[in-house]
Amino acid sequence: MTRQQVLDQYFVDARHKLIDLAAFLDRVDRSEGEADFRIAAFRTALKHLAEKKPHRAKRVLLSFSDPTTKPLAKATVKGATGAWPGKN
Amino acid sequence: MRYIEPHGHMVSRTTDDYQDMVTAGCAAVCEPAFWAGFDRSSADGFHDYFCQLTDYEPKRAAKFGLPHFSWLCINPKESEDVALATDVIGLIPKFLDRPNVLGIGEIGLNKNSRNEMKVLEMHVDLAARHDQLILVHTPHLEDKLKGTRLILDVLRSDKRIRPERCIIDHVEEHTIQLVLDAGFWAGMTLYPESKCSPARAVDMLDLYSHERIWMNSACDWGVSIPLAVPRTALEMKRRGWPADLVDKVIYRNPIQFLSQCPKFKLP
Ligand SMILES: [Zn+2]
Repeated sequence: MTRQQVLDQYFVDARHKLIDLAAFLDRVDRSEGEADFRIAAFRTALKHLAEKKPHRAKRVLLSFSDPTTKPLAKATVKGATGAWPGKN
Repeated sequence: MRYIEPHGHMVSRTTDDYQDMVTAGCAAVCEPAFWAGFDRSSADGFHDYFCQLTDYEPKRAAKFGLPHFSWLCINPKESEDVALATDVIGLIPKFLDRPNVLGIGEIGLNKNSRNEMKVLEMHVDLAARHDQLILVHTPHLEDKLKGTRLILDVLRSDKRIRPERCIIDHVEEHTIQLVLDAGFWAGMTLYPESKCSPARAVDMLDLYSHERIWMNSACDWGVSIPLAVPRTALEMKRRGWPADLVDKVIYRNPIQFLSQCPKFKLP
């Protein structure tokens, strides 16, 4: 696809998703109480969007990932939160 | 259009879903054993589930003219209890001869714990001893990268395991290269809220490979779309992919992998 074709096909959808992100950040700011590690991870990940080099999606995923290599002593929960808290 | 749904949890779907899939061109569905959304209280619960996957569900699918295949295991979400897992793994050999069983899956990791690793190794040993194909679930979200690395280590350290007979599922942009470089097949799961969107899946196909890769909906009891594969085929067509390449990715690739099990035959 040419760059024009990509824009024609995806620009409005991407714009819609970007405004949703902006509204999410506004909502977090308006709300009361403490945030947690997730919003810090989110803000770090956002920086990758502005970088002018390829593989942004990969870098966003890596920035949310647990970088450690040793298995956990025990699984105490089943779910995942979407961001690594900084320790296991 | 014709396609294979290589990963669908049909026991939690309706007959409308079967009808829609067949109408969209689905030629076969493969169902890995997974978590029911709650923990089963005993190995007997798994025995009944394996009967459902190998007897009842293929009959239900046949009513819609859809060949149904299955994979057996205790899933990683219930693998923290090694004693239960040992009992369940002990049940599997007597089901392996059933005509629709393709192999061991979806095994893998969930929270990347030591016990999950132990149970993964037990499953890999079971597959090696019985010469079975392997379907691997990789963890969700922040746990995926670490889990994928640990899983690859386990598979590579067992010299009986041939990578071309294993598919590592739910890859994303940060794990796909690891999987393909190690010689394994990669599965991309198309989910509306996590994992991978149709647009990202087609990006990955463009960026990485059209070989050793398939796509699935992994439709289950959660938010998921049974028609995710044919919808992604539409995305390929919107991008100008030739029909033959679409057919390769959604039909011939899964057949190439699954046909390594002689029981995988289409009518
Ligand atoms: Zn699954």
